[in-house]
Amino acid sequence: MEQITLFLQQLLNGISLGSIYALIALGYTMVYGVLRFINFAHGDIYMLGAFSGFLVAPLITRFIPLQQYDAFTARNFFIIACGAGLVMLISMAICAIIGVLIEKIAYRPLRNQPRLTVLITAIGVSLFIQNMTQYFFGAEPKPFPQLIPVHPIEGLGDLTVLTTQAAIIISTIVLLILLRFIVMRTKLGMAMRALSLNPTACSLMGVDIDVVISFTFALGSALAAAAGILVSLDSPSITPLMGNLPGIKAFVAAVLGGIGNIPGAAIGGLLIGILETLVVGYLRPELRDAIAFAVLIVILLFKPTGLLGRVEREKV
Amino acid sequence: MTSKPLELQNCTIRFGGLTAVANFSMVVGPRELVGLIGPNGAGKTTVFNMITGVYRPTEGQVVFNGERLNGLKPFVITAKGIARTFQNIRLFPSLTVFDNVRVAFNVHLAHGPRHAWWRGAKFRAEEAQIEAKALELLKIFNLDRHRDVMCKSLPYGDQRRLEIVRALATTPKLLLLDEPAAGMTPTEKKNLMRLIEFIQEQFDISVLLVEHDMRVVMGICRRIYVLDHGIKIAEGAPEAIRRDPKVIEAYLGEEPEA
Amino acid sequence: MSRARLSLGAFLLFLLAVSLTTEGVLAGTFAYYYDVLITIGINVILAVSLNLVNGYTGQFSLGHAGFMAVGAYTAASWSNHLDPVIAGALSGIGGPVATNLCLVISMLLGGLLAALAGLLVGIPSLRLRGDYLAIVTLGFGEIIRTAILNTDFLGAARGLSVRGNYTNLFWTYGLAGICVYTVLSLVNSTYGRGFLTVRDDEVAAEAMGINTTRYKVAAFVVAAFFAGIAGALYAHFKAFITPEGFNFFRSVDVVVMVILGGMGSTLGVILAAALLTILPEILRALAHTSFMPPAFQGLLENRLIVYSLLLIVLMLTRPEGLFGDPSAVRRRLIRTRPK
Repeated sequence: MEQITLFLQQLLNGISLGSIYALIALGYTMVYGVLRFINFAHGDIYMLGAFSGFLVAPLITRFIPLQQYDAFTARNFFIIACGAGLVMLISMAICAIIGVLIEKIAYRPLRNQPRLTVLITAIGVSLFIQNMTQYFFGAEPKPFPQLIPVHPIEGLGDLTVLTTQAAIIISTIVLLILLRFIVMRTKLGMAMRALSLNPTACSLMGVDIDVVISFTFALGSALAAAAGILVSLDSPSITPLMGNLPGIKAFVAAVLGGIGNIPGAAIGGLLIGILETLVVGYLRPELRDAIAFAVLIVILLFKPTGLLGRVEREKV
Repeated sequence: MTSKPLELQNCTIRFGGLTAVANFSMVVGPRELVGLIGPNGAGKTTVFNMITGVYRPTEGQVVFNGERLNGLKPFVITAKGIARTFQNIRLFPSLTVFDNVRVAFNVHLAHGPRHAWWRGAKFRAEEAQIEAKALELLKIFNLDRHRDVMCKSLPYGDQRRLEIVRALATTPKLLLLDEPAAGMTPTEKKNLMRLIEFIQEQFDISVLLVEHDMRVVMGICRRIYVLDHGIKIAEGAPEAIRRDPKVIEAYLGEEPEA
Repeated sequence: MSRARLSLGAFLLFLLAVSLTTEGVLAGTFAYYYDVLITIGINVILAVSLNLVNGYTGQFSLGHAGFMAVGAYTAASWSNHLDPVIAGALSGIGGPVATNLCLVISMLLGGLLAALAGLLVGIPSLRLRGDYLAIVTLGFGEIIRTAILNTDFLGAARGLSVRGNYTNLFWTYGLAGICVYTVLSLVNSTYGRGFLTVRDDEVAAEAMGINTTRYKVAAFVVAAFFAGIAGALYAHFKAFITPEGFNFFRSVDVVVMVILGGMGSTLGVILAAALLTILPEILRALAHTSFMPPAFQGLLENRLIVYSLLLIVLMLTRPEGLFGDPSAVRRRLIRTRPK
């Protein structure tokens, strides 16, 4: 019984971690879907989300001192949700704008260049963002203000579920539902899907490709920012380089699910999170970061299209 | 040059749910000039790709010189004596005219990277030989004076000729030409027809020609296969094909008024 | 006797003369410039070798630092553990012979092991398309680094002291010369023109009888070999190596040199390597000029910020670099989107 509880605990931790990866992976996959381009700088948007929260949170907590509302009442819950939610929404908005700006300035002019040119540019953008952030905020870790009280939720038996983990999982579910609605039911969402399937037909049908692409970047960046906030809920500190590892892992998750495939990215994120947690728990903690690379190499060698992806042929 | 012919035996190729070519059989004999025609999208280039190894037939066999080619990689098939040109010219843009031809000699190259590094006498002798042969080829096609020009600066007609020269540099026994007359003026097309006949005689090879222009095909091909929607609808001598109602219907979409 | 080989030989002799006469003075009085000179030489080896893969063959390798690490740690292991044994056995032989022999052997071992790593990475990866290959090579570089980080025998995170400060101008620039000779002699042959066809149009190349995979692997292995040698030289230069010195940024470093120089121009890449090595010095000088507003001073001194901006601006304005061929960049057959 002990073993099962331990396993379930690890599974839960993995799902919580995987939710973060899933949110970031969605951005990678959506951008790849419409542009066939790996946005190297996407992981840094996640970092900027955390830093946006770092700047915005003190403003919010001045009016809503979130630490005070510790007791588990419905009223408190509502207030905390609003306060934290507001921080998250503002950060998402900020990062959405940043994402759109980056696309406009650095990627759009290169849209007809070979993919590798813009890949190199993305590396440049990533380094630029990281180092500018480091320049302005310093390289030392910054403590992220507490947005919600952190303690295990009562009444779940042997399983330890932190409030923050519940927040992460619930928020992710909500965001995924919202995303599905946007992608399936709104005009822009459908245009996004159409663009990823057949760009020529899209422009012939009068779709403004620039707007759709900007929208894709905005969506992806907002989700990454949300991930940045969520992960900071119970993380002791944030640093300018915090986007590197999660960025790569989320990218692997996107590839695992089938790059360009939206549900695939979510599933891939969860799988990578669970895998990482299980490996650390049951094998060796030092393998934590290497496991994602190993997964990447295995996928690319054996099934490059991922779990849910499509094969694309070059016409000779 | 005698060789057992090229044979396609009941070749079918499917991409997912789409059957691009179905049950197609064809023979190209030694020193024959054979044509493959059909309306747009009929699958002609797909047949080429099957022969050259770009695609693997889902069913059926491609046999050349008694050897089965199915599943072999394109560069292996080229080494066995089949060379091709492309519908949209695919020269190597960063190479000069001379280098485009020279690089095709790799298929029968005696030396390797080690020799290129050491630059011994044997290496230099072979390089000189290759240079001489490449220049000779270019001269035959009147391109030798452009030898150090970047190939993309050449006029269109010259580029097409260069692509053919490049293919010939691999010393093939069978040459596949994919719409070589595309984009040419009537005069250029007449010259091309003579050129192809000249190549076939001079180099003692078979030629399989895919072409849209009827006059070109009817003018030089001894036998013609007609493909429509991936299926062979006719084969035979030019006069017979010209009058075949199925062929006419495929191209015009309707029966001609009697 | 091949003219190219003669030139190489002459160059090496010239270097030997320079090294024997001036090295002592340089290393002593102009220590700072000496250091920069050695670093330029090492960077030239890295950049010219990577250019074979990224520039001439058109593959995108982002893990060059990983091969450098293999070379560095192999060389260090040789010098620290095996060489003392050998030197002890050959105790009759004097100082300079022993140290140079140690360096040569450690370089060869470093290069060979790195080449092996290149083979292992190259063979499975080279079926992959551009951006995927970039990520996989990045991944391999990180795996190599993580492996070293977790190997106590190699010093792990603490770093590894290397016994013997043996690197000098002769070996550094000699190997640079050999590297340049290798790349140029390979590429400028009928065989070597094949590399360019792989870059230009793989489908057409295969149709012309070029085994594209074999060329890609060959480029990878040769490049990895020289990266390993560069690593060995580096190890015996700094006499102390850490895994952090071979991380992704180091790979990007070399990639920027290749891009700035113009992919496929060996001369351009050599110049770019030299330029980017002394860039921090230029920036520092620029930051302290009288007309520079203080706000910019700090930014300029931050090498990475300038680097990344340089990269972005370069890609937006002149992706072919200093000496590259602009149409070759535009014509690469990688999927692009319609406007």
